[in-house]
Amino acid sequence: MSDMIAEVDVLVIGGGTAGPMAAVKAKEKNPNLKVMLLEKANVKRSGAISMGMDGLNNAVIPGHATPEQYVKEITVANDGIVNQKTVMAYAQESFNMINQLDRWGVKFEKDETGDYAVKKVHHIGTYVLPMPEGHHMKKVLYRQLKKARVEITNRYMATRLLLDENGAIAGAMVLDTREGAFGVIRAKSVILCTGAAGRLGLPSSGYLFGTYENPTNAGDGYALAYHAGAELSGIECYQINPLIKDYNGPSCAYVTGPFGGYTANSKGERFIECDYWSGQMMMEFYKELEGGNGPVFLKMDHLAEETIGTIEHILHSNERPSRGRFHEGRKLDYRQGMVEMHISEIGLCSGHSASGVWVDEHAATTVPGLYAAGDLACVPHNYMLGAFVYGQFAGQSAAEYAMSHELPAVDAAQVEAERKRVLAPLANPDGLPPAQVEYKLRRFVNDYLQPPKVTKKMEIGLDRFAEIRADLDSMSATNPHELMRAMEVHFILDCAEMAAHASLYRTESRWGLYHYRVEHPEKDDADWFCHAQLKKNEAGEMTCFKRPIEPYIVELDDEEKDAYNRLRVVKQAEAA
Amino acid sequence: MPMTMNRVSVPVTVNEEACIADKGCTVCVESCPLDLLAIDLVKKKAFMQYDECWYCLPCEKDCPTQAIRVDIPYLLR
Repeated sequence: MSDMIAEVDVLVIGGGTAGPMAAVKAKEKNPNLKVMLLEKANVKRSGAISMGMDGLNNAVIPGHATPEQYVKEITVANDGIVNQKTVMAYAQESFNMINQLDRWGVKFEKDETGDYAVKKVHHIGTYVLPMPEGHHMKKVLYRQLKKARVEITNRYMATRLLLDENGAIAGAMVLDTREGAFGVIRAKSVILCTGAAGRLGLPSSGYLFGTYENPTNAGDGYALAYHAGAELSGIECYQINPLIKDYNGPSCAYVTGPFGGYTANSKGERFIECDYWSGQMMMEFYKELEGGNGPVFLKMDHLAEETIGTIEHILHSNERPSRGRFHEGRKLDYRQGMVEMHISEIGLCSGHSASGVWVDEHAATTVPGLYAAGDLACVPHNYMLGAFVYGQFAGQSAAEYAMSHELPAVDAAQVEAERKRVLAPLANPDGLPPAQVEYKLRRFVNDYLQPPKVTKKMEIGLDRFAEIRADLDSMSATNPHELMRAMEVHFILDCAEMAAHASLYRTESRWGLYHYRVEHPEKDDADWFCHAQLKKNEAGEMTCFKRPIEPYIVELDDEEKDAYNRLRVVKQAEAA
Repeated sequence: MPMTMNRVSVPVTVNEEACIADKGCTVCVESCPLDLLAIDLVKKKAFMQYDECWYCLPCEKDCPTQAIRVDIPYLLR
């Protein structure tokens, strides 16, 4: 069978949130460019926001917040380890993006005068803008894709990036997940928008696909960037979220907080001052969960009937609407009981924490012609709106790059090696089922990588991962769907090894629970006030190194620096 | 390598009376972000082929005849 070959100017991989925006903006930059949007599912309903989103977590709206305030908030929330230029670039474009989405037909909550109704959830500033009707987000994006005449290729996955002789981008190698055919897409520039590495840890339910992130996000882009020689950053700063126990969706304090709901212990008492998700908050959550006052709950049973009705409408129609069905099955009514919460499996995600592919303020990675946006691009706490803004930057940058470069020649050796690797499980009828390999791999991720992080455990984990790497060659796939899952197991294993190496490298504790190293319990600014980078070296080995933090463009005073370390509610001594 | 098949209950139920896959409809198959639904070529009705569900609901919401019901997977229920 001969390979499918396509030639485009800009190839966008991943059609969830950042991807459609990147594709539209590349076309807007130059309508003559051929822009292809490649998607593992169908763009209409793909990615983390398949059922929309209930609000913006980081809206920087004049009158409520300034870009400088936002940069300070994220610098503190991410324990100082940020390239402020990237956060500032987001913050300055945030309001323009909200207005553009508003014009496109996204419905944000507004007050009686027509102004955006912004709510306070963060520790310092005010950035949350609800979208009670946010379930239509993908439809809005799809209309823009059609209007801009982006070429959409559904049900294809990228398995490796193609490089030219100088290590610059030349395209991607892909698998048709319905037919099992291998192909090559030649491109002048490529944008990675493949979301989080959400299928890394195993949820405590043991259900492989019961993850916080959409489980189709297996860490594809992390592995693609790594094998192309790109720098990754902050991989040790895991994503760990406070979720509804068993259901594994957000509870969600961002929605309920402004209405008076809050995170509580088993006595119904507040124990954290602020419900904004940070490593420091997760550390307090973890202590309460494991302590005598655990487990942890979301408390709403003190709220008025009409308030609870509003909360139910938002939570049961957006983002993860099946949570209403879950509560019904457990016979839980927000009016009468608290929602039991738990800690999610670990993942990699810069949308929520800071683990991602290194990008500058133009969404450029360290590989010429390769750009990244969304949950996998390292701009801390970037969330959905950050995915749109960096999608825009990536689309514009990749279009410019494509306009000044020729289509590189294809290296037949790379294509041949990749075709062999990708199609091997189909040719092996008598081998390990990918689901079984995945289960074992992800159980080891839980056993050895989950915080509290213990050096010896992570080293043993690397030994187990090496054994699983040897098993990859004996996987078999009985159909193209199973072949897609087999290729995802390769990505998950790459991400597991990256998580272990990056965590071992940073010999201090930082970001609360995200990187709590038992043997190095203190933060060590003298040695570790820097980014920890990870990449594949010339010998093909996984290697870590320090990257200094760019001088801050917004200075913090000492009071502010410490704000996220004082999240626990301090009880006043009771009068005798 | 010796193998066996394990039975599992899946979260998506299709009302075959209401399903119009026999008239060419493939809306649910297209909407699934994990590509888990398929059309049974003999019965000409949609069904859940793989137990890899995120219980996200586009299949249920987009079905033009409301033929689909998504339950929470048994392990999480």
